[in-house]
Amino acid sequence: MSVRVISRSTKANPLHHHPRRGEFLIRGFLLFCGVFSILTTLGIVYELGKEALLFFRNPAVDLLEFFTGTKWQPQADAFGILPLVTATLITTSIAMLIALPLGLAVAIYLSEYATPKARNILKPTLEVLAGIPTVVYGYFALTFMTPVLRSIFGRDVVDIYNMASGGLVMGILILPLITSMSEDALSAVPRALREGSYALGATKLETAIKVVVPAAISGLAAAFVVGISRAIGETMIVAIAVGAGPNFTFNPFKGAETMTGHIVRISGGDLSYDSIDYDSLFAIGLLLFAITLILNIISQRIVRRFRETYE
Amino acid sequence: MSIPTNGKRLTPHFESNLPPRNRKATLWRTLFQLSTTIGMIMLMLLLYNIINASFGLVAIDNKIDPASLAVDGVPIEELDQETLITIIKENVSKGKFRQLEREQPLAERTWDEVYQVVIDDVVQPKDIVGTWSLVESLTRKEEIVAEVEQEHPQATVKFTSWIDPQFVTSPQSSDVLKAGVRTALLGTLLIIAITIVIALPIGIGAAIYLEEYASDNWVNRMIQTNINNLAGVPSIIYGMLGLAIFVRAMKPITSGAIFGFTDPTTANGRTILSAGLTLSLLVLPVLIINVQEAIRAVPNSLREGAYGLGATKWQTIWYHVLPNAIPGILTGAILSISRAIGETAPLVVIGAATYITFDPNSPFSKFTTLPIQIYQWTSRAQGEYHNIAAAAILVLLTLLLSLNATAILLRNRYSRRY
Repeated sequence: MSVRVISRSTKANPLHHHPRRGEFLIRGFLLFCGVFSILTTLGIVYELGKEALLFFRNPAVDLLEFFTGTKWQPQADAFGILPLVTATLITTSIAMLIALPLGLAVAIYLSEYATPKARNILKPTLEVLAGIPTVVYGYFALTFMTPVLRSIFGRDVVDIYNMASGGLVMGILILPLITSMSEDALSAVPRALREGSYALGATKLETAIKVVVPAAISGLAAAFVVGISRAIGETMIVAIAVGAGPNFTFNPFKGAETMTGHIVRISGGDLSYDSIDYDSLFAIGLLLFAITLILNIISQRIVRRFRETYE
Repeated sequence: MSIPTNGKRLTPHFESNLPPRNRKATLWRTLFQLSTTIGMIMLMLLLYNIINASFGLVAIDNKIDPASLAVDGVPIEELDQETLITIIKENVSKGKFRQLEREQPLAERTWDEVYQVVIDDVVQPKDIVGTWSLVESLTRKEEIVAEVEQEHPQATVKFTSWIDPQFVTSPQSSDVLKAGVRTALLGTLLIIAITIVIALPIGIGAAIYLEEYASDNWVNRMIQTNINNLAGVPSIIYGMLGLAIFVRAMKPITSGAIFGFTDPTTANGRTILSAGLTLSLLVLPVLIINVQEAIRAVPNSLREGAYGLGATKWQTIWYHVLPNAIPGILTGAILSISRAIGETAPLVVIGAATYITFDPNSPFSKFTTLPIQIYQWTSRAQGEYHNIAAAAILVLLTLLLSLNATAILLRNRYSRRY
């Protein structure tokens, strides 16, 4: 074959006149694969938007009440999303209170202190932690964390289903995510910065805290934002351990229902299409989608700035 | 790195400054180590909690206390077959005894079968009156036995492994002692098979397009940004998308109606096919990102070499880029697929409340999966359901672990070749 190619290319008619239909078809298929993801996004926006529009057009729903009402009782035509939002915020805050300091500390330890040997053990272990399905964490929250909390604070204070236990376990779930993103950011800081700091007589800690962390701050911020977004969208832990009914409360030891928990409970039951219950789920879903999308875009903006600095 | 501390070369100010700084450094270092340890401890606690619930004593209330059936002080486990038959004859009604003989004469059955008849028809286990965790069972066995003796005189206490071969092979059941994960396991495997068939070609195709073909224009930048954003969309949103599109809008296809599947129990779109399609959409973004990284890792000199020899774009990709990227692609693919196996929320939305005891046999069957099963059992208030949930978690984790091990093995195998 090679002989033929050479002899042909010596003629006046060069290779590029040879039509390559196969190449063209393959390219077309690959382009379709790439565009497919756009279709998914359009599908999400269209379906959530369509059903949410039906919901907001319903005479029983008032847009102002939707965002300010403190009662979510579809049976009584009360559609105020605040109880679901506060529950989401409380569980997310508890999770971030656990995951942020711990995750940052583990990341600093892994990137600045750990010997290669220790790192080779710790990183895969954290990956195992990250690979455990969330429903298992839900089981852990209900059968371990809740009894522990109840024995510490008393059974009268802590309900069986409560936001604290779900939030704490969610923190453990997000810990590996924050750790791995933060560690990437810290490791990307050029070695020269550390050497310079040591040369000026700084200790390892001073180098880590005053030089490396500030240099990686945008990467750490991105990890933080992605962590929040993951916590807001987390479903199974809250569905199992946090409760089964919207409840407008700020007490973390009480049961409540987050946006995700509500969607999964209602759609897990017998749900008839074209009912206001069904449509209301898509309105919640749209809000959830919007919040996480905004957080993701913010984190990508931060990361892009961070890349410009060091590459 | 060490700071010279012999006083001769340092100013007095520096010398007095150094010990507190070092103390602070040690303190923080300990804190960092402590945080890492806490992370590890949490993983241990998680596993401990699951294993602790998967084994342990269980007290079952019986109609007749098996101890009272003992003949001359010999417990029924050690009696010979004839005595067992006599016990059956004495304790069941005449009609029941004749029926048993009609099915197969008791004398011709094996000892194990006869013993089973004694347990099923004479002892008649009824309810589980209590379950204990592994640690409790090992440390306070006597107390538990005494306690049960007092409250339920007829009950037997025995050590049970909630996870055993029978648990994996028997279908879902309302009887906790007989319930298994067969239905759920088959559901999971079928759904994942569909996910692989659909997501893998599209995912790899999209990654090749973005890495090899896409020039830096706004369309391709938008595709890339879009994929990154999709990777961060909560999984339950995909569940709602699947519910709206695959379950409702595409119902004739996903229920199998247009292919002639008119089984009334399955023709509602909440099928294995819908679940597989939904999970495909869910894993695609992560899959694409993983495969992109694998393709990006192939050195550019290989491509240049192929072009230099006159290869076309696709020949370069097919014969040079992909073979070198295969280990990375496989690892990325398996990792994203194993994420899909653990997904629960979108499938709960797609599948709704399903209680099925028969094996799913086509893409148009109703389904339940391991995570859904775990969710449903965990949501029950009775303790024994938590035991089988823990056993199901062990099955799920074993499945995931073996997949990840396969990923590592494949990667190592192919890495040696290139």
